[in-house]
Amino acid sequence: MNEWLLIGAMTVLTFTPRYLPFGMAGKVKIPPILERALTFVPIAVLTSIITQSSLIRDGELALNLANHHLLAVLAAFVTALISRRLFIIVTVGLAAFIMAKWLL
Amino acid sequence: MMSTKAKSSLFLQGALDSSPLILAAIPFGLIFGALAITTGLSSWATLAMSLFVFAGASQFIAVTLLASATALPVILLTVFVVNLRHMLYAASLMPQVENLPQKFRFPLAFWLTDETFAVVSNRVARKDDTSGLHWYFLGSALAMYTVWATCTVIGIIMGQQIPDIASWGLDVAMLVGFIGIVVPNLKLRADWACAATAMFSTLMTYHWPNQTGLLFSSFLAISVAILLDRRVKVSVEQNHE
Repeated sequence: MNEWLLIGAMTVLTFTPRYLPFGMAGKVKIPPILERALTFVPIAVLTSIITQSSLIRDGELALNLANHHLLAVLAAFVTALISRRLFIIVTVGLAAFIMAKWLL
Repeated sequence: MMSTKAKSSLFLQGALDSSPLILAAIPFGLIFGALAITTGLSSWATLAMSLFVFAGASQFIAVTLLASATALPVILLTVFVVNLRHMLYAASLMPQVENLPQKFRFPLAFWLTDETFAVVSNRVARKDDTSGLHWYFLGSALAMYTVWATCTVIGIIMGQQIPDIASWGLDVAMLVGFIGIVVPNLKLRADWACAATAMFSTLMTYHWPNQTGLLFSSFLAISVAILLDRRVKVSVEQNHE
């Protein structure tokens, strides 16, 4: 396969969905209910990404102590309920991951 | 018109606010570089992908599918489907870019990633005054772009030295970063319902092909949130008067 053809096509297919809404902004008026719906996008998409990468490992539901990603995410979640600071949340999550790797 | 000083201060603030997520993306850049060359992509093509495509998930999927000798149209379709979430991101930022000239919209769109979107939308949610937001956006995006390209190069070199680096589980950094963005923004009942629905629906649909479960779950979660959202009901009633 021609790797440059792959990269060229991927560039177009990645840029287009990113650009289309920006290009149309101001020309089309978004209905208020849709605008409100879009404010939920970060929570919906990011939660889905977190779920599929922490609760599911190697294509299987993994609710156990051997799932270090899940332990790290849970530690970060509890921290986030107490502190809103991103840096602290990330640090505690990573510390939990490293400890789980060492201890479990 | 904003002063140059105000612009550069917003630019720096954007880069600074993104730093935890950018640090979290470093392992991904390294792993991508390492993984790509072990699956047979040339070093230059690997770097070009980070520079021109600049989308972590798409790059990983392309390389993973390349490794299993998938046909080009299948790879491209998968990449496109995975990128549809960027369309949701861009749509949710439409009110913020509608007064910008096209010369800004192009680079902002090109550099729109999960990380920059998370940080920029977080600012929109927390601040009433978002003037000069595009400078903030550019600061976040350029910092991310520079680090991503640099890490790809280091990853290419590491891939030649440490072949099993992809199995270290370093992607966890990104997940705890996303937790740090999502959880502090869970304020209303509708927000919690949105997150809970996204989680349960993702668990029900994870076996669907090409991340279609991710898109389905996102739409379902947003729909549930809207049904429970007081503010929407109020604004709809006002529209009827």
